[in-house]
Amino acid sequence: MQQVAISIESCSLYYGEKQALNDITFEIQEKSVTALIGPSGCGKSTFLRTLNRMNDLIPDVTLTGKIKIYDQDIYDKTVDVEMLRKEVGMVFQAPNPFPKSIYENVAYGPRIHGITKKSELDEIVETSLRQAALWDEVKDRLKDRATGLSGGQQQRLCIARTLAVKPKVLLMDEPTSALDPISTSKIEELLQELKRHYTIVIVTHNMQQAGRVSDQTAFFLNGNLVEFDNTKQLFSNPQKKETEDYITGRFG
Amino acid sequence: MVDRQLHVSLREAKRRLVEMGSYVEKAIYQAVQSLVMQNVQLAEWVIEEDERIDQLEGQIDELVVQLIATQQPVAKDLRKLIAMMKIATDLERMADLAVNVAHVTIECEQKEIKLNQEWTEIMKMAQISEQMVRDAIQSYLESDLLLAQSLAKLDDQVDRRYHQTLERLIQQLNHHPNHAEMVIHLSLAIRFLERIADHATNIAESIHFIETGGRTDLN
Repeated sequence: MQQVAISIESCSLYYGEKQALNDITFEIQEKSVTALIGPSGCGKSTFLRTLNRMNDLIPDVTLTGKIKIYDQDIYDKTVDVEMLRKEVGMVFQAPNPFPKSIYENVAYGPRIHGITKKSELDEIVETSLRQAALWDEVKDRLKDRATGLSGGQQQRLCIARTLAVKPKVLLMDEPTSALDPISTSKIEELLQELKRHYTIVIVTHNMQQAGRVSDQTAFFLNGNLVEFDNTKQLFSNPQKKETEDYITGRFG
Repeated sequence: MVDRQLHVSLREAKRRLVEMGSYVEKAIYQAVQSLVMQNVQLAEWVIEEDERIDQLEGQIDELVVQLIATQQPVAKDLRKLIAMMKIATDLERMADLAVNVAHVTIECEQKEIKLNQEWTEIMKMAQISEQMVRDAIQSYLESDLLLAQSLAKLDDQVDRRYHQTLERLIQQLNHHPNHAEMVIHLSLAIRFLERIADHATNIAESIHFIETGGRTDLN
């Protein structure tokens, strides 16, 4: 029996007056991949950003309900948001490496969290790049600028950078939408490796991708969680008509 | 909203499957008629017609494979496609069984076997089998689950009549050993009709799968 990594209880979110999420409740198992799908503006990215409090940066956002990660209420006053974002890392749509060397991109996080010893940093850089399936491609040019890498490599570098601070949860917001099919399939394979150690939540507009990579899928529509189920079940026999209509392309 | 190519093609595949069903239904009817009336021409027509049915099956298979390869169907769309292939296979098998019945007609004619058996029972069995094919196609066309489920009862009737007729044929063999060849041919023919009914229940099971995503045993 897998343990619950993230539990969401009656979570609603408002941008000012406008409600963007409506009473969301579900649980995410640890060491699994959960896909969030739904049409643009359905709330899936907003929801993803509640999981590491990225919405805190937007003025006028109100959140009600509870989100717990390994039993810690992440909106509790005592929570250090920077520590939370170390535990819950995020990879974005477009790769966004720092304009520094490959090595420095990965070492950056551990450094600001206080690791200064060269040997220790070297080890973290290598392990992270290996986990992100990038090591073999860059090991001989760690001092090169990261911006010289291909788009797919840059995205894997961003994943390595996130892994370097040893998170428990990885959030991914359409991580392959800017990549070509080969880079996309590398990232998808990588997810299967990474889920052995991390809990992964991925927003994707590509339903076939959700079907390929995830264990569970959550379908959002107009700020509501319409259906949450095993991916195999949801894609072969969804229980809600709205889900059926969306995944078969009858709307959206 | 613009209709997806997948849904346009799904309707086309369904149209061909229903067309195939109507040919199969006719083949079964004509095969039984050829036997009852000992009409070799009719039997030969059934055998020729089988080629068209085989071609339709091939077209449907091809279309389904293309759609799965290019359109990434999921949920009910995917179930429809999988079921279409299974239904086309069942229909093709039914047509082959009708051909087998037609061969019985031809064989009897060549060997000058007179089929003076009381026909009522066989005709009744054939009629129910034909109705099952019609109902199967109809329930597929209209996604009528209740009609599909009702095929189980008809199949029971066919099975009962099959066993009764077989029993009677065996009795006849005991009383008139010189009727052996006729009895063997007729037993084969009723066995083919009984198998046709089984394939009709398979189609009903496929309809259940399309509509519910679950499996059911109607046979």
